[in-house]
Amino acid sequence: MAESTSFYNKITSFFEEIGEMTRFAMRFFKEAVSPPFEFRELLKQCFFMGNKSFFLVAVTGFILGVVFTLQTRPTLEEFGAAAWMPSMISISIVREIGPVIIALICAGRIGSSIGAELGSMKVTEQIDAMEVSGTNPFKFLVVTRIAATTLMIPLLVIFGDFIALIGSALIENIKDDVSYQLYFTQVFEALKFSDLIPATIKTFFFGFAIGLVGCFKGYNSKKGTAGVGKASNSAVVYTSMLLFVIDFVAVFVSDLFYN
Amino acid sequence: MKTTTSNTRDSESNIVLQIENLYKAFGENKVLNGFSLDLKNGENLVLMGRSGSGKSVLIKCLVGLLKPDKGKVEILGNDISTLSQSDMDELRTSIGFLFQGSALYDSMTVRENLEFPLRRHTRKLSSKEMEALVFEALESVGLKHTVDLMPAELSGGMQRRIALARALILKPKIIIYDEPTTGLDPITSKEIIELMNSVQEKYKTSSLIITHDVDCARVVSNRIILLLDGVNYAEGTFNELSNSNDTKIKAFFK
Repeated sequence: MAESTSFYNKITSFFEEIGEMTRFAMRFFKEAVSPPFEFRELLKQCFFMGNKSFFLVAVTGFILGVVFTLQTRPTLEEFGAAAWMPSMISISIVREIGPVIIALICAGRIGSSIGAELGSMKVTEQIDAMEVSGTNPFKFLVVTRIAATTLMIPLLVIFGDFIALIGSALIENIKDDVSYQLYFTQVFEALKFSDLIPATIKTFFFGFAIGLVGCFKGYNSKKGTAGVGKASNSAVVYTSMLLFVIDFVAVFVSDLFYN
Repeated sequence: MKTTTSNTRDSESNIVLQIENLYKAFGENKVLNGFSLDLKNGENLVLMGRSGSGKSVLIKCLVGLLKPDKGKVEILGNDISTLSQSDMDELRTSIGFLFQGSALYDSMTVRENLEFPLRRHTRKLSSKEMEALVFEALESVGLKHTVDLMPAELSGGMQRRIALARALILKPKIIIYDEPTTGLDPITSKEIIELMNSVQEKYKTSSLIITHDVDCARVVSNRIILLLDGVNYAEGTFNELSNSNDTKIKAFFK
C-alpha cells in the first residue's frame, strides 16, 4: 500500500514538474519579446558558453571521428566497401551522432553549470538582491542563458561535426592513404541539404532544452547548498533524457518530410 | 507612481513607510497576524523579534518579494499592491536593502557589483561619473582598496560593508537592514553598527533595522517595535522597553 502511494506521488510530482517547466518556458517566450533586452548579458553568456565548451567539443569531436572510423573500417573492408567510408561516416556524424554526442557533452558542461550557478544565486539571495534593485532577474539571468544556449549549441555542433570529420580523414589518410582533398570531396558529394537542415534545426531545440532545464532547476532550487548540488545533477539527468526525446521526435518528423 | 500630491502628503505626515494590518501565512503557519508599522522620515526604527517570528517575511513583503495575504504597504506614498512592475522597479531604486548574507553577486568584482544598479537605473552616466560614484560609496564604508577584488576574497564583515555600499549607491531614501550583525564577531559587529549610524548621518536616510542583537538596537534605534506572534507586541525607545516589567519584553533584553 505504502509502495503504491509512493509510486503515485512520484508520478504526480513528475507531471507537476513538467507542468511547471512548461509554464517556465511560456514565461521565457513572454519575457524574451518584451523590452528591455539584455543584449550585453546575452553576448557575455554566448561568449562564456562558446569559449568554455570550445576545447571540450573539439576533443570530443576529434575522438568521435577517429574512433568511429577505426571501428567501422574492418566491417566495410570485409564487404569490399572501404571506399564508402567518407560518405558513411559523414552522414552518420552530421545527421545523428555528432548532434547527439555534442549536445550531451554540452548538457553536462553547460546545463550543470547553469543549474549550479543559478541554484547558488538563489540560496544566497543574489536573485532576490537583483529583484529588489529593480532588475527583472528572470529576464537578466534566465532569458539570456536560454537564448545563449539556443544560439550556441548549433554552432558548437557544427564545429564538433567538422572536427570529427577531420579526425576521420586523418585515420583514412594514415590507414588507406586517402588524401584529405579526396576525403572531403566524397563527404560533400554524399551530404545533401536533407541531411544538413533537419540535423541543424534539431540542434536549436537541443540548445533550448539545455538552457531551459538548467535554468528551471537552478532558478527553483531549494533547501540550501544540498539543493544546489541537486539542481546541477538533475539538470544534467533531465536534459539528457529530454535530448533523446527531442531527437526521436526530430527524426520522426524529418522522416515524414523527406520520405 | 504618485507624484506631487502624495509627496506633499508625505512631507506633511512625515511617514515614508507605512504597514497596515499585514497578514501572511504559509499553509497553516500564520506568520503575520495584522502587523502594523510606521517609519518616519530620518528615523532609525528597529524591529526585534525571535528567530522565526516573521521578521524576514515582513521585509520581503515590503519590497514585493512576497505578496501579503491581506493588508496594506505604502512606501513613499505609493500603495505597492497597486503598482505596475515597472513602477515597482522604479520605487525599488528608492529603497536600499542589506541582506543578511550580503548577497553580493559572486561572479562579479566589487566594482561590477556596485556598478550593476547604476548601469540599470542611470543610463546617462559616463564611465568617469560611474567610477566617482563607486569610489564615493566605497569610501563611505572605508573599503576603497577592495574595488577590484572578488566577493570570495573578502571577509564576512567586508562583504557586509560592500553590500551596504551597493545599497547606498543609488542614494536611497529608505534602507532596510536584515540582521546586519548576524554571523559577525563582536568587533566587526560594532564596526557595522557605527557604519550604520554614519551612513544615516551622511545620507539622511530612514532605516528599518531587523535584528535580535540588543547592542545593535541600543546604539542605532530611535524607536523599537517588538514583533511577537505576528503582531507588534510593544513599541517604545530602547530605555522604555529595556526597563519594562513585562516578562515577554524583558526576555528580549536579557
